Amino acid sequence: MNGGRSSVFARGEEFLRLFKRGAEFTQDLLTENERLRRRLADLEARQESAARTPHDWNKLRQELSNRIECLEEQYRSVRERLRDVEDENQSFAERYVEVEEENNALANLYVASYQLHSTLDIAEVLKIIIEIVINLIGAEVFAIHLLEEGTQRLEAVVAEGLDLSAFPVHQLGSGPLGSAVARGETKCWEATATGDLDRPLVCIPLVVQKRPIGAIAIHRLLPQKQAFSPLDHELFTMLGGHAATAIVAARLYSQSKRKLNTIQGFIDLLAR
Amino acid sequence: MAKRRILIVEDSPTMRQLLVFALSPLKDVDIVEAEDGMDGLRKVSSDSFDLALIDVNMPIMDGLKLISLMRSEDALKEIPIVVITTEGSKEDRDRALQLGADEYLTKPIHTNRVLAVAKALLKG
Repeated sequence: MNGGRSSVFARGEEFLRLFKRGAEFTQDLLTENERLRRRLADLEARQESAARTPHDWNKLRQELSNRIECLEEQYRSVRERLRDVEDENQSFAERYVEVEEENNALANLYVASYQLHSTLDIAEVLKIIIEIVINLIGAEVFAIHLLEEGTQRLEAVVAEGLDLSAFPVHQLGSGPLGSAVARGETKCWEATATGDLDRPLVCIPLVVQKRPIGAIAIHRLLPQKQAFSPLDHELFTMLGGHAATAIVAARLYSQSKRKLNTIQGFIDLLAR
Repeated sequence: MAKRRILIVEDSPTMRQLLVFALSPLKDVDIVEAEDGMDGLRKVSSDSFDLALIDVNMPIMDGLKLISLMRSEDALKEIPIVVITTEGSKEDRDRALQLGADEYLTKPIHTNRVLAVAKALLKG
């Protein structure tokens, strides 16, 4: 009997606890509902105050327009700066190519003049001129003519591409080569060979102190060489002066050496 | 890093000097010069090289013969070879490449082109 009563009492307790928790939960829901109601009211109030009148709308529109203009201006400025940088970049690239070309030209000119003045042997000098004309200019058929002072004839002394005897003798002052040498002017007619050995593609007079001593006549270029470059013209000018000086220096050295040997021989004879 | 070695086989002193000048911007490189094919073969056989620049028309032994000898030797066949020559025809180019040359440059050379080719082959 007592056991049945305590069981009913326990169930009553349990029910009471559940009821209390239900009441608390209901209270929480009511509180949250109230909070959300207030938040909604607040948002509605703020929305109304943001653009309550046409004036507000205009003001907002103006602000946005100003902002867009400002951004567009920044965009234009960035585009302009980008264009400037691109132009600058292009200019640097062009300058780089120019510097490379200049570097190449200087290397060629330096090596050519260095080699020309590296010896006092006339045969060596002529060999070096040939090397320069083949390797640096790209000529296939050419000859070096030297002036015979007595006869004023320009005779080929070394040649490349054809037998030496094939090259005609030119008279100073007559014909394309003779006239160019007499005037001391480098003449560059064309880059395509005519096959006529009286009419070279290029004539480079060899001149020392305005006195012609010979010429380099180029008659044909290597197949891969289609035209003359600015460097070729610089090499023509360099050869005209430096090759001539090298030839004259080698000749003088050879003459003085010969004379020295003769004098030495004479002295030795007297000393005996 | 060990120094890389480049062999220039060219009979013209003018061209050798120009090639040395062209390669001078390369760092940590030793350049050895040979005056003809035979001299080149002697030098390439007695030392190790990372690149060889070889002319075709040379006395004693021409460049093509040197290339074929190098390509037939186990110790030398991996060395990259650049041919530098006046011979500009397609047949000459094809022949050199067929023999085992890696690049074919015709004279007159542009120093920057030589440098670019050398850099590329040294990297590879």
